[in-house]
Amino acid sequence: MTVALRKEEELAADIEAGGAGGQYLTFMMAGEEYGIEILKVQEIKGWDTVTPIPNTPEHVLGVLNLRGAVVPIINLRQRFGLETIEYGTTTVVIVVKMTDDDQERTVGLVVDAVADAYRLESEEIQPPPDMGGAVNTEFVLGLATVGEKMVILIEVDRLIDFSDLDAAPDAANEADATIAEDKGQ
Amino acid sequence: MAIDIDLAEIAQLFIEESMEGLDIMESGLLNLDLGDADTETMNSIFRAAHSIKGGGATFGFMEISNFAHHVETLLDEMRQGDRPVTKDGVDLMLQSVDCIREMINSLADGDVDTTRADELEIDLAKMLGSDASPDPADVTEAAADAASESPGAPIVGWEIKFEPHPGILKSCNDPLRILRELRKLGELEVRSIGASKLLLGEFDPEECHVAWQMTLHGGIALEQIKEIFDWVSDECELSIDPIRDENAPQPPAEVVKESTEDTVTPPPKPAAKKASKSSSSSQDGGSIRVNIDKVDALINLVGELVITQSMLSRFNSDFDFTQIEQLREGLTQLSRNTRELQESVMAIRMLPISFAFSRFPRLVRDTGNALNKKVDLQLVGETTELDKTVLEKIGDPLVHLVRNSLDHGLETPEARVAAGKPETGILQLNAYHEGGNIIIQVIDDGAGINKDRVLAKARERGIVGPDEILSDEKINNLIFMAGFSTVDQVSDLSGRGVGMDVVRRNIGDLGGTVSVKSETGVGSTFTIRLPLTLAILDGQLVRVGSQSYIIPLISIVETIQTNDEKVNEIVGKSELFKLRDEYLSVLRLYEMFGVQADSTRIDDGLLVVAEANGHRVGILVDDLLEQQQVVIKSLEANYRQMPGISGATILGDGTVALILDVPGLIQLFYERNADVQNNVHQVA
Repeated sequence: MTVALRKEEELAADIEAGGAGGQYLTFMMAGEEYGIEILKVQEIKGWDTVTPIPNTPEHVLGVLNLRGAVVPIINLRQRFGLETIEYGTTTVVIVVKMTDDDQERTVGLVVDAVADAYRLESEEIQPPPDMGGAVNTEFVLGLATVGEKMVILIEVDRLIDFSDLDAAPDAANEADATIAEDKGQ
Repeated sequence: MAIDIDLAEIAQLFIEESMEGLDIMESGLLNLDLGDADTETMNSIFRAAHSIKGGGATFGFMEISNFAHHVETLLDEMRQGDRPVTKDGVDLMLQSVDCIREMINSLADGDVDTTRADELEIDLAKMLGSDASPDPADVTEAAADAASESPGAPIVGWEIKFEPHPGILKSCNDPLRILRELRKLGELEVRSIGASKLLLGEFDPEECHVAWQMTLHGGIALEQIKEIFDWVSDECELSIDPIRDENAPQPPAEVVKESTEDTVTPPPKPAAKKASKSSSSSQDGGSIRVNIDKVDALINLVGELVITQSMLSRFNSDFDFTQIEQLREGLTQLSRNTRELQESVMAIRMLPISFAFSRFPRLVRDTGNALNKKVDLQLVGETTELDKTVLEKIGDPLVHLVRNSLDHGLETPEARVAAGKPETGILQLNAYHEGGNIIIQVIDDGAGINKDRVLAKARERGIVGPDEILSDEKINNLIFMAGFSTVDQVSDLSGRGVGMDVVRRNIGDLGGTVSVKSETGVGSTFTIRLPLTLAILDGQLVRVGSQSYIIPLISIVETIQTNDEKVNEIVGKSELFKLRDEYLSVLRLYEMFGVQADSTRIDDGLLVVAEANGHRVGILVDDLLEQQQVVIKSLEANYRQMPGISGATILGDGTVALILDVPGLIQLFYERNADVQNNVHQVA
């Protein structure tokens, strides 16, 4: 659990610097309330049909036209390993800005419904408890208590894997070679 | 220094302008008729050299300025007609141009390597010294130059006579500033001369009546002194004579040179470094020079668009159906405005292909000399415009093709005469527009491709089976295969077997194609076909199930309907169908992309025959929809690159459609087939 440990340290540092405090937008998924930093949110829009991209992980539903920009849409239920449901009228897409290697990308997150917006102070946020290897705490920033409820705060930047397929050019060369061989036969 | 603020930016300007100047010099030098130089050409070459020298000195790039000065001196003699324009002279000049270019390029890296410049400088000095017949008017400069270059006693100081013209003050030059600058260099003794001529009655306070005789002590380089007088050289009588220490032992010439170099280099170094660092960063962004006409046209169009918009916005507040005709008219106007605006914006990125062609006269000349071949280079359609990105990337493939034509295509003069052709071979670069594409051709009237040899080589390397019969066209296009070369002797120019396949790949990356036609003994024609721009492409919309995809029109050969009977399945799930005389693989798009198609039967669908990198496949789709121009949107911007998909676009109804990357898709298809076959082997 070195990952979780490191995050705890980071969070501790964050809390010390007053970094984790701020305004959070919360949304509902499978009865739980999740929160993301409100400054990361660009807009909230209704669910619309997307164009699927072939050969992508299941949680990447496809791309959507957002005023001329082509934006990938992530099914957050699938990303978190929750069971999928039919999308209805309250289903919304939260369009967020992610930062990955200094590049800012716009990504849409499909959630069940938007809940509320809170202001949380750093001391109200606790680091995620160690729930053992079985539970994926990769994207969990921390936990906060609002009144009687628990809100799970999510690290938006870690939701998507943008890494490009670096091996592609090599594979292309090999393919060329195989083509050449094919011709020879 | 106060001017430090924008120095980096201005220095970048200097680099850009110098590069242009060097291009002018180069093309001018190449056009010079030996022995009988055109004055206008000579002058333009000289002017370019002069501004590089001046600019270099201004920005503290002394290495460049000093070297350019020597070039300028030689050019000046040629320009004045004091020196005949010889082949050696022109060659030396061309080498010098290369050298300056290298020096300017290396400014970006911070360090200027002067070894090459020093070597050339010696050559230049030799030429200047040997058969020069110095112009009497230029005696002082030439003499001083010669003095600094020629072996002799070490220089311990300079005797400077500075007589400004009376009008010097009117051009805002202050002689006293010059004296102050000189004093910074070393100990200065100043005696005013000529002031005694002054008569109070004739005295005009706006004129300069004084002249100075100065002695400057110290081993100072002539260039440093000259630099100070740079701005006033036209407005004064100036003589600079060295004072030599006759008692000192006579050192060899090289040492003197080096010592003067040493005194020159240290001070400007930090400035050069600083300026170049920021210049390299600003270079990354890339800039474009746009003709003001294009910008004006754009502004006009935006004006029209605003008018149309205001006209349409009237309907927003009150609209009844009697106005429907006006609304329709407005919408037509809007669509026309949009189309024109789009074309204009594209035009801004368009540059004439002469930018890519301009390097070839030199390249052909040098390569021709190296190969002892006589070549007449013809450039046709230099004003044909294409997108800047395409233009930048087409340069290297073109160089490959031209070199290839020179090396393999054109014969030696003897061989040509023996074949009954004129001694001088013709190499033509031709560019023109055809539809939405630009066609670039490299045409030579050489020996053509030796088909027997290509075929033999292909068989030897196992690319072609021993019994396979190929059409002439197919044989010719074998040269684009990887690792293929018929030249037994690997030369400096070509023959390593890399090249033609790289050419094809580079052009393929730009969404273009390359092909060759050749006739033995008559010559070869390489044809590159490229889209005009990378931002918009002509696409064919196809449908697979509920999904629409766009296939670039340039990749599509034809679309056919076939039936299951004509398709043969061979081991490992490869399906082949016969199209006239060749067998093509069937690429089932729904299978590749894992989507639900209307039907998996080939009878129900259509086969789009697409070609990439010389491989043809039939892509099975459910239906063909319309053809349209699409604006390419990057998937990478917000997500990442996907194999088989080059980007996305937004259709008229606002939905996103993916654009197929045909070469990538074919590769992906072959890879998967290979995997399947491997599995079959393992099972067996």
